[in-house]
Amino acid sequence: MKIGILGIQGSVKEHFEALKKLAKGEKSRGDSKIEPVLVKSVSDLAKIKGLIIPGGESTTIGKLLKKFGLGDEIIKRVKKGMPVWGTCAGAILLAKKIVGEHGADTLGLMDISIERNGYGRQADSFEMQIEFDLGPAAARFGNSIIPGVFIRAPKIVGVGKGVAVLARSEGVRKANSCLLATPSESLGGEIIAARQKNILITTFHPELTDDLKVHKYFVKMCEGKV
Amino acid sequence: MQKNTFKLKKGLAQMLKGGVIMDVTNAEQAQTAEKAGAVAVMALERVPADIRREGGVARMSDPLMIQKIMAAVSIPVMAKVRIGHFAEAQILESLGIDYIDESEVLTPADEKYHINKRDFKAPFVCGAKNLGEALRRIGEGAAMIRTKGEAGTGNIVEAVRHMRTINEEIVSLQKMSKKDLAKWVLAERVSVELADEVCKLGRLSVVNFAAGGIATPADASLMMQLGCDGIFVGSGIFKSSDPLKRACAIVEATLHFNTPDILARCSRGLGKAMDSIEIDKLDQKYAERGW
Repeated sequence: MKIGILGIQGSVKEHFEALKKLAKGEKSRGDSKIEPVLVKSVSDLAKIKGLIIPGGESTTIGKLLKKFGLGDEIIKRVKKGMPVWGTCAGAILLAKKIVGEHGADTLGLMDISIERNGYGRQADSFEMQIEFDLGPAAARFGNSIIPGVFIRAPKIVGVGKGVAVLARSEGVRKANSCLLATPSESLGGEIIAARQKNILITTFHPELTDDLKVHKYFVKMCEGKV
Repeated sequence: MQKNTFKLKKGLAQMLKGGVIMDVTNAEQAQTAEKAGAVAVMALERVPADIRREGGVARMSDPLMIQKIMAAVSIPVMAKVRIGHFAEAQILESLGIDYIDESEVLTPADEKYHINKRDFKAPFVCGAKNLGEALRRIGEGAAMIRTKGEAGTGNIVEAVRHMRTINEEIVSLQKMSKKDLAKWVLAERVSVELADEVCKLGRLSVVNFAAGGIATPADASLMMQLGCDGIFVGSGIFKSSDPLKRACAIVEATLHFNTPDILARCSRGLGKAMDSIEIDKLDQKYAERGW
């Protein structure tokens, strides 16, 4: 199963390596083998089952998506049901509304409203442990706690009716209720991961960590299993 | 929750990969750069070509000018400090700048010590001519490296030399016996851990951009094909006859660096490139600043 990574700019190689690692681990279970491919043109898009839009600079990626006609093709495929996952810049590109902006070069596919650099500049970038709702198949993933790396992250300020919230910035509780990570006063349980049918977004970067749970979750989406 | 970790510093540079960072001297240029698809801008009062022409001591830029640029764009903003001038770096950090460039383009402030970049919350990018220099800067806490090249010349030859040197030295390091490696790290004053990491990865452990002399889309393609992760363009854009057009072309060339027909298309009709200088005609090679 070919999974594409939009190869314009940003954490492209990191996503590629994460999928490769996952492919290695899954082989023994006899699943159809995961094969990451770079997507730079419309013809690359035809071969893939799902698409990851990596972290990077959303203005740059958006502009180049438009320039080469790739954006329109992605919109068509996603509307027909192709799973897509946007991390950070990717989440901005997938959002229907960007706070304070009109007519930006984006894909505008998901009923969320998002604010660029919503937590501040690089000095406000942060790491924290988060709890990710992996759905009914959670048991297969081990636990649901993942490291969250937020770099000049966008903030989701509103979601539409059909959008399921998968994670919030509110720290992690174990079964015994002992708090593992306390969010600072500046974090107010904002939505940091969400899904609307075949569209998944995270405002953080699983590709910068060794934890493959979100990648695994997206692969399951591509297989139609979650 | 943790802030200012090395992962976050290095991570921001990872998000810039495959992109172009442009020198800008005011808010209007910054917006032009953003419009052209720059992944970040470098805010400075004089581009390297003007520093060369005008001479005198080149210092950190006016914080007011930097803040205006920070307010004008949504992409990350970087700014330069003199080598060793940690007070300038403290000032930039207090402005909330996204990246600090400890740069040989400005007049060095300390001939013995580079800034101890581990002391800072803000991430640093530093120039390097060779592997030892790159690893010394990483050892001091730099989260991103760029070739020094020869800024303000519009001449790519030095950036090519520096990138090829780093690549060749990585290959030779990988082939070294343990004994020779121990000698090398001692002579180069770098840690064994950093050298081991480079051997294992076959590349620097942080993002490595090209800088110094990039003036055309073809220059950007050349440096990307030599293995750079992205491109800094200093004087090359706003010293050319049609900055927006050239900026767009260099952004496109950096993305499609290995597709010659796209490169041909975006290289067409760009107007006059910046004025250029041969290296042996220079009074001062900036790359020789720092060690």
